[in-house]
Amino acid sequence: MTLLLLLGTSAIAAIVLAFVGDRKYAHEINIAGSAATFVASVFLAVEVYWNGPMLAVEDFFFVDAFNVYLAVLTAFVSTTTAIFSRRYMKYERSHGRVGHKSMRFYHAMFQLFIFAMLLALLTNNVGVLWISMELATLSTVLLVSLYRTPSAIEAAWKYFILCGVGIALALFGTVLLYFASEKVFGEGSQGLLWTNLSASAGQLEPTVLSLAFIFLMVGYGTKVGLVPLHNWLPDAHSEGPTPISAVLSGLLLNVALYALVRCKVIVDGATHSNKSGYIMMAFGLLSIIVAAVSMLRQKDIKRMFAYSSIEHMGIATFAFGLGGPVATFGALLHMLVHSITKSAIFFAAGTASQMNSTQDMSGIRGLVKGNPLVGWGLMLGTVAIAGVPPFGVFTSEFLILTAAMKDAPYLAPIFLLGLAIAFAALFKRVMPMVFGEPAPYQVSIKASNVPVIAHLVIMLVLGLYMPVFLNDWFHKAVELLR
Amino acid sequence: MDVNFAAQINGILAALILLTSFGLLVQKRVYGLLHIFAWQGLFLSISTAVVGYSTGLHHLYISALLTLALKVFALPYILYVLIHKLHIHKEVEDMVNVPTTMLIGIALVIFSYDLMSPVRELSSLVTRSTLAVALSTVMLGLLMMITRKKAITQIVGFLSLENGLFFAATSATYGMPLVVELGVALDILIAAFIFGIFFFQIRTTFDSLDLKEMEKLKEEE
Amino acid sequence: MTGQYYPILLEALQVIIVLLGAPLLVGWVRMVKCWTQGRRSAGLLQPLRDISKFLVKDTVLAHNASWIFTATPYVVFGATLVAGAIIPVVSADLPLAATADIIALVAIFAVARFFTALAGLDVGTAFGGMGTSREMMVSSLAEPAVLMSVFTVSLVSHSTSLSYMVHDITTVSFVLRPSLAFALLAFVLIAIAETGRIPVDNPSTHLELTMIHEAMILEYSGRHLALIEWASMMKLFLFASLGISLFMPWGIAGIDDPGMIPVALVALTAKLALLGVGLVLVETGLSKMRIFRVAEFLGMAFLLATLGMLSYFILE
Repeated sequence: MTLLLLLGTSAIAAIVLAFVGDRKYAHEINIAGSAATFVASVFLAVEVYWNGPMLAVEDFFFVDAFNVYLAVLTAFVSTTTAIFSRRYMKYERSHGRVGHKSMRFYHAMFQLFIFAMLLALLTNNVGVLWISMELATLSTVLLVSLYRTPSAIEAAWKYFILCGVGIALALFGTVLLYFASEKVFGEGSQGLLWTNLSASAGQLEPTVLSLAFIFLMVGYGTKVGLVPLHNWLPDAHSEGPTPISAVLSGLLLNVALYALVRCKVIVDGATHSNKSGYIMMAFGLLSIIVAAVSMLRQKDIKRMFAYSSIEHMGIATFAFGLGGPVATFGALLHMLVHSITKSAIFFAAGTASQMNSTQDMSGIRGLVKGNPLVGWGLMLGTVAIAGVPPFGVFTSEFLILTAAMKDAPYLAPIFLLGLAIAFAALFKRVMPMVFGEPAPYQVSIKASNVPVIAHLVIMLVLGLYMPVFLNDWFHKAVELLR
Repeated sequence: MDVNFAAQINGILAALILLTSFGLLVQKRVYGLLHIFAWQGLFLSISTAVVGYSTGLHHLYISALLTLALKVFALPYILYVLIHKLHIHKEVEDMVNVPTTMLIGIALVIFSYDLMSPVRELSSLVTRSTLAVALSTVMLGLLMMITRKKAITQIVGFLSLENGLFFAATSATYGMPLVVELGVALDILIAAFIFGIFFFQIRTTFDSLDLKEMEKLKEEE
Repeated sequence: MTGQYYPILLEALQVIIVLLGAPLLVGWVRMVKCWTQGRRSAGLLQPLRDISKFLVKDTVLAHNASWIFTATPYVVFGATLVAGAIIPVVSADLPLAATADIIALVAIFAVARFFTALAGLDVGTAFGGMGTSREMMVSSLAEPAVLMSVFTVSLVSHSTSLSYMVHDITTVSFVLRPSLAFALLAFVLIAIAETGRIPVDNPSTHLELTMIHEAMILEYSGRHLALIEWASMMKLFLFASLGISLFMPWGIAGIDDPGMIPVALVALTAKLALLGVGLVLVETGLSKMRIFRVAEFLGMAFLLATLGMLSYFILE
């Protein structure tokens, strides 16, 4: 029941917002919709926490510790993003960067996007998982091109085509998965239910599943933004409106990684080996290194943080590939902390580029003097994402590094090297933007600072102290992913 | 119908689908592309119906009708209208190196055959041999999207790739469950509207549907 | 009929059919073409009359023509006749067919072409050289395609011997084979190119910018010309009957079945007549394409032949 409420809220909000359009209170409805979704997700989480994993609506939905925490995270970040987007988009609207029609579109699609991600997380059917991933792509494509500038349209087209192709390959993988499971479960939807697949993975044909995993890896890997399938990501994240960059970076990548991990569990069960894990580790490490090096030569602020997202997704993929309780725990935590930190950074970076009316980092100076909250927000966010204690990213990266030292000691130095390069790149770019004298053209604007502060506080708390319920949750999820 | 005979008809249809894929790869005229694409959809739909008839699985009829409605009528019509509104129906795309493209295409077919042979060994369905053709269609669609430089041809390549996926579902498993097929069809329809909007956006911004103009977002050295 | 002489008689019958059938087929094609264009035709026998006229005329040789130039007509005619002796036209049980398989057949045609090309270069005229270069371009593209196409048939019948291939296809129960369909399509395209018909070449004009085959033999006259013309007619006939016996051999006399030969003759005549009509329809419907597009045309033939072979492996 809570589950349907959770999904229904965002779907209804999407429809309502499509009718409300560009009215004055559209932003508030958007916030209310997201907040209601968040409340529902918390209730669902509590339910799952006490009663254990549950199936609903004829096994169509399946909720366990792994996906419910991502659902709560999705709902939470979407709420804070909606709050941030209110002032941000009003500013863009008043400066004529978006039109009347675009605003209607923006709100409806924002909620539809949230709906698609929640559906992808909560469904038990691997086929529906694919459909909702595609829906999530489609609903954001036109949001990326919202500004209608040549580069925005180019970025959106790239996003549309590359992700479309990638996800098509994932469908081929899903077909192969169904091919293998049909022998065990027979015709019909039973063969695509994740609970069935993972329970009797041992009976599935290993050769077919290995082949299926390659397609799934390339397919969902494109959406995760793993190198060398990452080309769309920096463009899409830098050219769209900042709230969209925040949810793309903070949420969509997580959901795609979630899909990949779900598939990996089935494949590992069938092949009785960690072959898929090695593939993921290779993709992960490559992403860390390539993204870190690319960050060094970026000029656009959002683009640089987009590469940082690739790097962090690489870290999480690497950790999931390593397997084992510590690495998996670290990966789950990393998905959480990255998404919270990265969205906070995008909020701050968006406001910073509005203040200086440019996304070019050489044009942004003296943020702390201009607007201390934005400046320190960006600074602390960067400190946090770079993995400096006492923030949460440090904890998760430390866990992953420990696991890597133990299970794959020869890979640990590469991993560390990537982190070090990214660290250098971030500070080299962010310091001049934050400190120093503000540029003469810098204006002060009214921005929502609550989301940034809230996210950073959560990060600090997570770095210093892991709440018991979260710890329990992660342990349960780790059990599930063994 | 005899199952063996159905398999033979399906084989012929698979070969025709493969041929249309190659046709799409080298066709230069926009109209020609649409026609070949519609034919490919038709072959796909007939093939699905034949498999449905010979195996007695009635949900395949729905999938065949869906393909017929979507891939043979709706999508080509939408593209046709778009082409007319954008006045690009006379455009001819100049392509370099058709023979190389064809050779790469042939290599991809062989690669797909090799990749799919373990699956073929494991399958007991009459349609198992068409799985390699399905993957080839997917690969050729990909190749088309890489080699072509116009928005509309990339879209046709994308849709032909989706055709390959549908074909794969039919030949590997006698079709995915209905929920999934319907969902995929819905996604394709939404995608169709999105690229429709896109064409106009690209056109008004770049004055052409040539993607050569869209190469600004590159890593600066 | 005694078994001892049967093979020799059959072979003799085959050679006569090829020798006389070829001008008749060309005459038929010209006749139908005249009808479609609303002209009166010169009759079925006109090509035969042309050949006999050329045979009695004097030959004129260029001063600098070497022995290659004089030898070529005989080599070309001889090679084509040998090819005619090994393609089963009315009976699958052709004695000489056992001596050469399909690969040798392609090589025999290649010998004929090689000498024509040399002769084109021999006298040193501009047209000869141009024709040769074009012919070589066409054949270099067509040969892999023709091999690929006949190999597909070989794969289906598990043999490269023409006799056996024909026998196998007539006796095995009917199966829908996409590979054969592709191979046939490819074969038709190649046959058009090899025999110099529209849209690749036009045998009835001497327009300097477009001709391929005619440019090479421009310097020939008298009985040399007669032999070369006759050989090229036979080539058309042979490609037509090769296509017929590989892809639609139904009606051909089987092994040890001499009683079927009259039926086979009727069937062959009917099929060739139909083919002639088809050829005319194609030639009236299409116009000759630019020489640079011939590469694309033959590329398509190669693609189809390859697809035929691939679909044999993938689908059958």
